[in-house]
Amino acid sequence: MVRVENLTKRYGSLLAVDNISFTVERGGVLGFLGPNGAGKTTTIRILSCYHPASGGTATVAGFDVFRQSLEVRRRVGYLPESTPLYPEMRTKEYLDFRGKLRGMSRDERISSIRRVAESCWLGSFIDRPIGQLSKGMKQRVGLADAMLHDPDLLILDEPTIGLDPTQIRETRSLIKELGDRHTVMLSSHILHEVEQTCDQTIIIASGRIVASGSPQELRDRFSEHGHIVAEVKGDRSDVEEMTRKVAGVESITLTATGSQSDSKSASQQNGWMRVAVSEKPGCDVREDLFKLASQKGWTLRELHREGASLEDFFVKVTAQQQTTRAQP
Amino acid sequence: MAVVCTMARRELGAYFLSPIAYAVIAIYLFASGLAFGLGTFANNAEASLRYMLEFWMVLILVFVLPMLTMRLISDELRTGTIETLMTAPVSETQIVLGKFFGAFAFYLILLATLLLYPILLSMYGNLDMALLICNYIGLLFLGGLYIAAGLFFSACTKHQVIAVLASFALLALMTFASQGLAQQVDGTARAVLQQLSVRTHFMDFVQGMIDTNHVVFFLTTTAMFLFFTVKRLEMQRWK
Repeated sequence: MVRVENLTKRYGSLLAVDNISFTVERGGVLGFLGPNGAGKTTTIRILSCYHPASGGTATVAGFDVFRQSLEVRRRVGYLPESTPLYPEMRTKEYLDFRGKLRGMSRDERISSIRRVAESCWLGSFIDRPIGQLSKGMKQRVGLADAMLHDPDLLILDEPTIGLDPTQIRETRSLIKELGDRHTVMLSSHILHEVEQTCDQTIIIASGRIVASGSPQELRDRFSEHGHIVAEVKGDRSDVEEMTRKVAGVESITLTATGSQSDSKSASQQNGWMRVAVSEKPGCDVREDLFKLASQKGWTLRELHREGASLEDFFVKVTAQQQTTRAQP
Repeated sequence: MAVVCTMARRELGAYFLSPIAYAVIAIYLFASGLAFGLGTFANNAEASLRYMLEFWMVLILVFVLPMLTMRLISDELRTGTIETLMTAPVSETQIVLGKFFGAFAFYLILLATLLLYPILLSMYGNLDMALLICNYIGLLFLGGLYIAAGLFFSACTKHQVIAVLASFALLALMTFASQGLAQQVDGTARAVLQQLSVRTHFMDFVQGMIDTNHVVFFLTTTAMFLFFTVKRLEMQRWK
């Protein structure tokens, strides 16, 4: 659906997108993830034919975004970051105007507006001037506009920014639904969102792709850095020594429960300790830990795996990117 | 063509939803009424719009039309709607022509209100219909040029005030100062400045003459400004 090869974009001396390549298959939701200023919006603007690239090529549905721009624009629905709309127009008028610009016939416009009004919940304000609408409502009008012509590719730049939690949840489920019929590409700096809605993720930092794959794959790649947390009561040195000996344990850290310094002495008296265990890759030591505790007569009140989230991964890879960049 | 028409209709509609349009109509009606009432509509005066059009009407249009054109593109640049417009399957030329004809349609409404004065004149004197038609043709050309120039400046900046001031300056220069400046220099410069003087070209229409020289002048300068506007919008993509 989308094929990007060695795409580069410079603004004067600033390199916004640095030689990136990726492909997006038809169907599904692609998350474009990165910190602010990473080059997400620039890439999206190139794909939506707003900006031409400085180098490299990009095609959408087989059409080049620069040379066959009009063909691409017919097939793409685009929601820009700030959701720009004409405040003096009514929602329905605006959608009708956009439909006309896209060369839709009267009947097509009527049925399409009915369709998007339903899926974007515009019902209650379809006849109100856009200037009077709240941020969340405007966002839905922008989304409705992007979906109006039933595009092959839907590009959404930070679609949930500025929405309240209920609206965010609704918008996410809408995007997931859209992914069944269209190819959706969304950008976000909220990891949670990408984890929840996307089938594929591309992480971009400082204009480069630092990682890509499904959220699950990315999480797996990072999961070796996850650890097991246990809370036990027993003799401190005993616990430390015995736990270290369990097969598959790489290292452990022992802390008294209640990390606040003022409660430290009290909890030590209680004898509760928090043991954080790093495992060797591919091991699961939880069962062995339980057995060890029961064998030794320690009281065990908590045992769980602290899963590595995509967030950890994200922070790690973007930090890496920044440090490698800092050293020329 | 359908896209140009859609754009033009949206622009015309947007005028009537903004307070600026009503202010512009009010200024226009007041100023043209004053020019007519004080000059033309007097005892023993000539039953034509000549006195009014020679100077006053040109002056009014130099001030009124930039106020109509200032927001056309600069507002889209400021609010970011230009992004949705330029990622829709429409060309820059269609956008520019649509905006031009939208403003021109509003100008036609202004010109229609002007018809009140010939009606008044015909009640009290003998009105020369041919002359009146010729005057109107001249006004159409003049307005077209002013709108195209204003549209160009509107595409240059996202600040409406800068767009309107730049348009005032250029139109005043071309309309009133050009002839005077031409007297100060010799040779080619003089010829160029004389040819650029909008008021000189417009004057023959006021007198009742349609000279192809003037028609070509208005058409080419209008087309030139529209062309520059299209180029300016294309540049916007590369920013």
